[in-house]
Amino acid sequence: MEVLLAFSRPALDWHALAPELTLLAFGTLITVVDIIWDDRSKRAMPTLAGIGLLATLIPILTLAVDGTERSMFGGAYVVDDFSLVLKALFLISGYVVILMSVDYIRDGDYYENEYYTLMLTSLLGMVMMSSSRDLISVFVALELLSIPAYMLAAWRKGGPRSNEAGLKYYLMGVFASAVMLYGMSLIYGLAGSTTFEAIAQELGSSEANPVAILGILFILIGFAFKVSAVPFHTWAPDTYEGAPTPVTAFLAVASKTAGMVALIQLVFVAFPGRDDVVQPFFWLIAALTMTIGNLIALRQNNIVRLLAYSGVAQGGFMLVPFAVAADAPARAVEALVIYMAIYAFMNLGAFTVVLAVARKTRSGEIDSYGGLFQYAPGLAVAMTIFLAALAGIPPAGGWFAKFGLFRALLDAGGGWAAGLGVVVAVNTVIAFAYYARVLVQMWFQPVPDGDERPIAIPGALKAALAVTIIATMAFGILPGLVGHFGEVSVLSALGG
Amino acid sequence: MEVTGFDTWVLSLAVFLPLVGALVVMLIPKAYETELKLVALGSSLIALVVGAYIAIQFDYGAAGDLQFVVDKGWIDVINSRYIVGLDGLSLPLLLLSLVVVPLCLIYSWNHIPDPGNPKAFFVLLLILSTGMNGSFVSQDMILFFVFFEVVLLPMYFLIGVWGGEDRRYASLKFFLYTLFGSALMIISFLALFFLSKDASGELLQTFDMRVLTDVAGVGIIKSTQVWIFAGLFMGFGIKVPMFPFHTWLPDAHTQAPTVGSVILAAVLLKLGTYGFVRIAIPFLPEGAIAWAPWIGLLAVIGIIYGALGCLAQKDMKRLIAFSSVAHMGFVMLGIATLTDFGINAAVFGMIAHGLITGMLFFVAGSVKERYHTLEIARLGGLLKAAPRMGWILGFASMASLGLPGLAGFWGEFPAILSAYNPGAGLSEELFRVYMVIAAIGTVLAAGYLLWLFQRTAFGEPTEEFAGHEIADVNRDEWIAWVPFLIGIVLFGIWPNLIFNVTDDVVSGITASVEAIAAGS
Repeated sequence: MEVLLAFSRPALDWHALAPELTLLAFGTLITVVDIIWDDRSKRAMPTLAGIGLLATLIPILTLAVDGTERSMFGGAYVVDDFSLVLKALFLISGYVVILMSVDYIRDGDYYENEYYTLMLTSLLGMVMMSSSRDLISVFVALELLSIPAYMLAAWRKGGPRSNEAGLKYYLMGVFASAVMLYGMSLIYGLAGSTTFEAIAQELGSSEANPVAILGILFILIGFAFKVSAVPFHTWAPDTYEGAPTPVTAFLAVASKTAGMVALIQLVFVAFPGRDDVVQPFFWLIAALTMTIGNLIALRQNNIVRLLAYSGVAQGGFMLVPFAVAADAPARAVEALVIYMAIYAFMNLGAFTVVLAVARKTRSGEIDSYGGLFQYAPGLAVAMTIFLAALAGIPPAGGWFAKFGLFRALLDAGGGWAAGLGVVVAVNTVIAFAYYARVLVQMWFQPVPDGDERPIAIPGALKAALAVTIIATMAFGILPGLVGHFGEVSVLSALGG
Repeated sequence: MEVTGFDTWVLSLAVFLPLVGALVVMLIPKAYETELKLVALGSSLIALVVGAYIAIQFDYGAAGDLQFVVDKGWIDVINSRYIVGLDGLSLPLLLLSLVVVPLCLIYSWNHIPDPGNPKAFFVLLLILSTGMNGSFVSQDMILFFVFFEVVLLPMYFLIGVWGGEDRRYASLKFFLYTLFGSALMIISFLALFFLSKDASGELLQTFDMRVLTDVAGVGIIKSTQVWIFAGLFMGFGIKVPMFPFHTWLPDAHTQAPTVGSVILAAVLLKLGTYGFVRIAIPFLPEGAIAWAPWIGLLAVIGIIYGALGCLAQKDMKRLIAFSSVAHMGFVMLGIATLTDFGINAAVFGMIAHGLITGMLFFVAGSVKERYHTLEIARLGGLLKAAPRMGWILGFASMASLGLPGLAGFWGEFPAILSAYNPGAGLSEELFRVYMVIAAIGTVLAAGYLLWLFQRTAFGEPTEEFAGHEIADVNRDEWIAWVPFLIGIVLFGIWPNLIFNVTDDVVSGITASVEAIAAGS
């Protein structure tokens, strides 16, 4: 009784929690509507889910306008500019994924209500992740975003590949969680607290303690699984290929970004003094991930697998700024936020084109893109823009993301950073070699079976294409747009 | 000079009008073929008129200063700005680019190579044009980088879609080489951004090329300059292309459609040499001095290697491509001497090579269209079959081998001469050896070009084509070619037309290099 009485309810800042609550409310609403109206409500589901995401953006905007940094639960949950930018990014990516899902899920006759409920739940986990500054809240957010994703990956119940995808993802995900939890327990044992602030203070002064190093490494490795960094990437291609394509896009973009966000908070807020462990670890992992992801991508014949390995390699690029986390922290965070924002749109766009083309060809082989330019010039041009962006060729958006990496590396200076810069440069070239294979098919090859019927693109996919193309080009031509988000977020992330 | 009113727009108009044209063409349905061709040509011609206005309004008395400068905010977060402006170095190159594109459009009017699709072809040429024009007027490194890269994809598609048999291989090779160079180039740009200091030791943190030219690398120690220069060298050297990075060029040229080859030779290669003169040397004089002997060495290897390569070719277009390697070797030799004389010759060489080699590629394209082959052994008797075209080929060959009185001479001869007495304390002995080697290169050039002319134009047509009617130069071809021919003669007789314009800028650059050399 004594203990219970001593518990005092922590002060809740309802405004700060409004985005999470809105999402939760809509997730629940969808389930309730489903229970009451059953099949008759199916058509309304994607709309309802989409409205839910857009409605969640409203409190985020009001919080951004308000501008004060809000911290709750003894610093475990922080709402600052950094978290708001990322929350918005997750919601917008989620919205595009829902646009991509509408016809796919309906035509496939899959469970619709559950699909959208799970997607909103997973997004709730991501939205929470960007505010978590505590080992426990990070873990809770991670599981909240992962568990629905395991189920979504296996959504095509009839297909063995989809089942394989879900199972593989689940087993690897759980294993990663276990490794991470062990690391967290070690760190907690050392620091005596789970908040990042306390951990930062404690770890900074325990230089030589091998337990600290082990704990840090285990936590980082756990997240390396999540962001499919080499050598912890092996689940990704199978899961990506087997999962329904919109889910693949969701995993490749939103889920990976969530892992990166967790890493940012860990590296920059919890382990800022431990560059002796963090920098070499990420130098190695980044170089490996870029190079091996790219080299394996060269050999793929399936477009989704190609995008999967390209995603692995892109993840490698995103890990680069961590390698100079202590030498140039401000630039590193900026580069990461910018990279994540641009990556989200260019990759979602590429997956949208894949979805649209598959509606006609019913195939994922790269060869099936032959002659696309002749019968669907719009899609071919769109895909060209996205691939050019992924390869980092101006004026499509990706160049500014790569530029951010180089900028962080050179700001840090020194031989190691410059060396990593050269690795990035070489990988940029390798990456183009396989993006070019798709370009070659679309532009240079004839249509494989002479079937030149145009592709009917449903309205939702058109909307998804429009959003992603406009964003990708805008980031490329006026990078200041996204650059400002990066700049705003830096200061508060470091301060928090 | 305060820029006001319409003048603040002219450079941006010259750069972006073709892009606007491309966007409009994209909106016109494929069926309206004539309309979309007219819009494409119209936009490039208006850009050319704007170019003419720039040339008239340009203050030749102050050719060394940037004119028509516009400086507006662009990417504030990285302190990169939209700065365009042009001086005596940019002006001729911008005009070259503005002239070549409409001529290529006219040439392609009824000659869209297989597999057709004039809409896409014209759109790509227009986007290409924006990239090239923008590169020559950008005065901010990031802006320059963006334009420099914009040309890649259109050229990739031009080669890949409309090219010859091996087009996939050639287009990819072109792209990967250039992309690698530009990735290293952007690293160097960033290094310049972070390391450049002004005279008082303050960090500048700017991409503004005007400022970086002014500080001339003061504050960056020599060993660092050498490294940064190496990155720029890869970026620009691959584009030029310099030996040993030239291998993409013969493939790209051979496989590209005719106007692709023409633009590649006339303008794209110049982006590389322009980069050396505009960026690499003035920003990093000490790096340039350290690298100059090596650049000179690679240049003369390129001259001899390109010439020997030409002698071994069986394909006319491939031969012209290898001759490009040799000619760009002369340009790079001129640049490597770091003298006023040499760099002026190099800039002249860029223009001359653009006109002459562009012309040769045009003829090669027309020959291919008529004979369906470019195998030198199967051609012959062009002077009999199509005398006008034969004479044009002869004329362009003469110009290319550096006959005095034609434009080629003024690019080659002063470049060789300047190597006699290199600037900035470079080794005289070394450069005199280079000079002798380069001179031998001119003899070889005369050899392979005359041999080419002899084999293709003299004698009777081969049996294979004996009975065939070979059409002579047609109207579209005349319209496209005459400006090239006039340019070759005009600049040959009156080289000061270019030298006078470029000299102020070049002497400014060499003066600052000399000052650094004297100080160290």
